Amino acid sequence: MSHPWPGRPAPDYPSIPRLPVPDHPPVPGLPVPPSGRPAPPPRPTRPPRPHHWYDDAAGPMVRPYAMTRGRTRPAGLEFDLIALVVSDVPDAKDLPIGPEAGLILALCRNNALSVAEIAAETDLPLGVVRVLLGDLLAAELIRVSRPVPPALLPDEHILQEVIHGLRAL
Amino acid sequence: MDSALSDTRVRDTPVLALKILVAGGFGVGKTTLVGSVSEIRPLRTEEQLTAAGRGVDDLGGVEQKNTTTVAMDFGRITIRDGLSVYLFGTPGQDRFWFLWDELAQGALGAVVLADTRRLTDCFPAVDFFEHRGIPFVVAVNRFEGTRDFRPEEVARALDLEAGTPVLICDARQRSSGKGVLIDLVEHAGRVHAARLIAEVG
Repeated sequence: MSHPWPGRPAPDYPSIPRLPVPDHPPVPGLPVPPSGRPAPPPRPTRPPRPHHWYDDAAGPMVRPYAMTRGRTRPAGLEFDLIALVVSDVPDAKDLPIGPEAGLILALCRNNALSVAEIAAETDLPLGVVRVLLGDLLAAELIRVSRPVPPALLPDEHILQEVIHGLRAL
Repeated sequence: MDSALSDTRVRDTPVLALKILVAGGFGVGKTTLVGSVSEIRPLRTEEQLTAAGRGVDDLGGVEQKNTTTVAMDFGRITIRDGLSVYLFGTPGQDRFWFLWDELAQGALGAVVLADTRRLTDCFPAVDFFEHRGIPFVVAVNRFEGTRDFRPEEVARALDLEAGTPVLICDARQRSSGKGVLIDLVEHAGRVHAARLIAEVG
């Protein structure tokens, strides 16, 4: 035992929390949505234009799950983070969908994007993106490719291809 | 997912997307590693956690409703048309452990980044991947001015299962990050092959 570190203690698996702790404290610097009535927006000093009384610091002006009409889960299947979404809809302008769903369609038009990328690009929480994708899928406006199931993964051929691809980077 | 199997709109196209996790303690260089090998600028996605459902029956608890945002990094490497590798930096804070379950689902493998000044920080990640049977490598991110340790020393300190590779890397260097990923994919291939043989035998 020549190393200076303490040994790794026996893992205590049952103690690993699997579910969100309901009462964890808010992260400093992040807006905490108030309960009940929304907090009054911050009063700007010397507003340049009366219409722009809020800025980014005020946080989102719409509570995220308002975009999904309160739903936190998609209607159909769950979307994996790396499920690839593509849209063939040429123009979303006249479709009866919200602006966020329209943005998703625009991002994925003839361009397969993962669910994680869509969340990052739209700056929407993953949960919201998943609900919106569920709606778009139900409306047949997108196609989704599921990731390879884990059991089928270790195809030697594909792993070799990945290794060669990484070497070539 | 049963509904997905019969859903014709969800296709099994030849598009393959593999998932590699990057785990480790806070500030160990996960974002740096993802950024150095990703072909897209490192994206951050945020998961908004609500105590959904809670309070539905308990009207007295409505004031307690909390929302927390967790950020995770991810990057992408396109191997060829139709084959991509996605990298996910796992949230560093312990209280977001439950997110790991989803991230780990179907992952090809994981890189546990370690800082020898705070080696204990990666214990939870090592435990997690060992427990789930997810192939992983430990990559010691070399920070300036830190003492050099041999991989065997780190392996012993972490009490790693035999055969788990320990590498020394510089997360800022693309070539170094690439090397870590290559070693991981090779290791994952060996682990999976061994499992197949064990199943057959």
